[in-house]
Amino acid sequence: MLEIKNLHVEVGGKEILKGLNLTINAGEVHAIMGPNGAGKSTLSYAICGKEGYEITEGSITFKGKNFLELEANERAAEGVFLGFQYPVEIPGVSNMNFLKAAINSIRKYRGEEEMAAVDFLKLIRAKAAELEMDPEMLKRAVNVGFSGGEKKRNEMVQMAMLDPVFAVLDETDSGLDIDALRIVADGINRMRSPEKAILVITHYQRLLDYVIPDFVHVLSDGRIVKSGDKSLAHVLEKDGYAGLGIDESAA
Amino acid sequence: MVSTVETRQTVEKVSGDYKYGFITDIEMVKAPKGLNEDVIRFISAKKEEPEWLLDWRLKAYRHWLTMEEPEWAMLDYKKPDFQDIYYYAAPKSSDDRPKSLDEVDPELLRTYEKLGISLQEQEVLAGVAVDVVFDSVSVATTFRETLKEKGVIFCSISEAARDYPDLMRKYLGSVVPAADNFYAALNSAVFTDGTFVYIPKGVRCPMELSTYFRINEANTGQFERTLIIADDESYVSYLEGCTAPMRDENQLHAAVVELIALEEAEIKYSTVQNWYPGDKDGKGGIYNFVTKRAACRGTNSKVSWTQVETGSAITWKYPSCILQGDGSVGEFYSVAITNNFQQADTGTKMIHIGKDTSSTIISKGISAGKAQNVYRGLVKVMPNAENTRNFTQCDSLLIGDECGAHTVPYIEVKNPTAQIEHEATTSKISDEQLFYCLQRGLDVEESVSLIVNGFCKEVMQQLPMEFAVEAQKLLGISLEGSVG
Repeated sequence: MLEIKNLHVEVGGKEILKGLNLTINAGEVHAIMGPNGAGKSTLSYAICGKEGYEITEGSITFKGKNFLELEANERAAEGVFLGFQYPVEIPGVSNMNFLKAAINSIRKYRGEEEMAAVDFLKLIRAKAAELEMDPEMLKRAVNVGFSGGEKKRNEMVQMAMLDPVFAVLDETDSGLDIDALRIVADGINRMRSPEKAILVITHYQRLLDYVIPDFVHVLSDGRIVKSGDKSLAHVLEKDGYAGLGIDESAA
Repeated sequence: MVSTVETRQTVEKVSGDYKYGFITDIEMVKAPKGLNEDVIRFISAKKEEPEWLLDWRLKAYRHWLTMEEPEWAMLDYKKPDFQDIYYYAAPKSSDDRPKSLDEVDPELLRTYEKLGISLQEQEVLAGVAVDVVFDSVSVATTFRETLKEKGVIFCSISEAARDYPDLMRKYLGSVVPAADNFYAALNSAVFTDGTFVYIPKGVRCPMELSTYFRINEANTGQFERTLIIADDESYVSYLEGCTAPMRDENQLHAAVVELIALEEAEIKYSTVQNWYPGDKDGKGGIYNFVTKRAACRGTNSKVSWTQVETGSAITWKYPSCILQGDGSVGEFYSVAITNNFQQADTGTKMIHIGKDTSSTIISKGISAGKAQNVYRGLVKVMPNAENTRNFTQCDSLLIGDECGAHTVPYIEVKNPTAQIEHEATTSKISDEQLFYCLQRGLDVEESVSLIVNGFCKEVMQQLPMEFAVEAQKLLGISLEGSVG
């Protein structure tokens, strides 16, 4: 589904990713762990096409398409969703209107009809209920005045609504209490299916108790330095990054 | 190279950079170019005006000659040559005025249809009475009968001068005196048409009243005059919307709007202004120098101005409220968008004279490209105005780093019981906000439109429904190409 080869990414003239390789197939859940500054967020932004993240070498292919030729919104419409570490506030725009606009833009890109208002309402109410979000929150402006947990829960509602085939979750677990963590994990697990893939980016092993990954990679200094199965996360939990010979302070 | 530029221009023409930029081919009857007492007499004669009105015009003109064009606004433009302007132009077919739509010049009707304001359609569907101003003369008025039953007068100001001389003499110039300012004096001398509304005592106007203004003939200054009187305990909502065809020469527009609210009366005045703003290089565009003022004369009277200003190369406009009646309320809700080389110096004046008066000012300025956007507002509390309140919120949104936003509040308080609050913020559309929207599948223009509409929400929700939809689209269109 996603194939990243020898990816070099510069931000503001500084090379952050230095030849990263990663292949993710449908049905798989991958976790990327690593110390601060290893390039975890840079990887998620590079996959999603954020401006200012310059690819100087290498390739990103998604479902056979050269992703580097597509704009950020086109990549989203191809079915890629990014769960943000710090979801952005958009004052004056209700969650409801935001999602409706997003869904219809994606449909337009795919040459589909707009979603009927009634169907949209039914869907969003159902998804909010599944993720235990108060329906009143849907009328509030996107993330404005939301607590950290509410913002992350909102990301999960958006993900459920947009129904991506591939989701990147960037430190979605940071700043969450145990109840919120459970909700987020539930949101991610609901998406698991043989047709879909998920990339979980996390600093801690905690989320991986709830979302069991098929593969775990350790990212350090712009490269994947070790890959393994879920047991690698436990090794990290026990011995820390230092156990792998990674100097956390170097970042 | 040349062919590239040409190709681009052709494509822009076809795709319609400015959607409403077309010119209707209709024969015009004109006064000679330039301004002198004979031209004013010509206008007055064409309008079959009473003697007192001609005298009033001439007095205004003679005063105007002694005045200087104001320079205090933060606007940079080439001053108009007032002798190079036609002051009267009317569609020829209006010489024998049409009795119904069937008699209206089909070319004219097609123009309205292109603008999406087909009269027939509006008559049937929207329930909006429209007094259409095509250049200077109203050519069609609808729904008169329904309004007549309620005693509402809704007609062109020329008709009012002939048919309702008492009301006209009593109120014309009573809020904006002929000598008020340079452009108001000019308007008083040469105004050619506009709208007159009178709502009788105790009547709630059964429909939204609306006028579409449209500037057409090249070099024709437009000098509208609007006078709205809401008698005791009455209510009216008035919509003003404008589009203009594309032109290279700058077109001058100097309108005067006077509102009078008597005892317990309420007037809601909404504007969507979409005149040609000039091209991407700042060439062309309308000069818009408007004097809009309301007098809340009666106890507990209320006037609410809502404006969405997206057009014009130059905007100079301060819809104001004189809060004379005790307990009267003034409101000003404004969205001003400037893109490319547009300049806007706009705001309001709230003059608190009566006791227990209150005013609210919500101003949202958006600048993109190389545009400059100024909020200029005055809150004045007179010595006898006990217990007045004002709340002012001025928010500016910047798109890109070559534009400017400026807030110039003036507060003069002469009564210690007044409560004045002023809040101001300036923000930018951040890369983070934009990327968040893009990542959810919205393209750049949709994202900007969504963020800007959110920013303006408090003002947009003041607009009547049918206007709000149009205005939302306009915000997006006005900012096309401003990001990315």
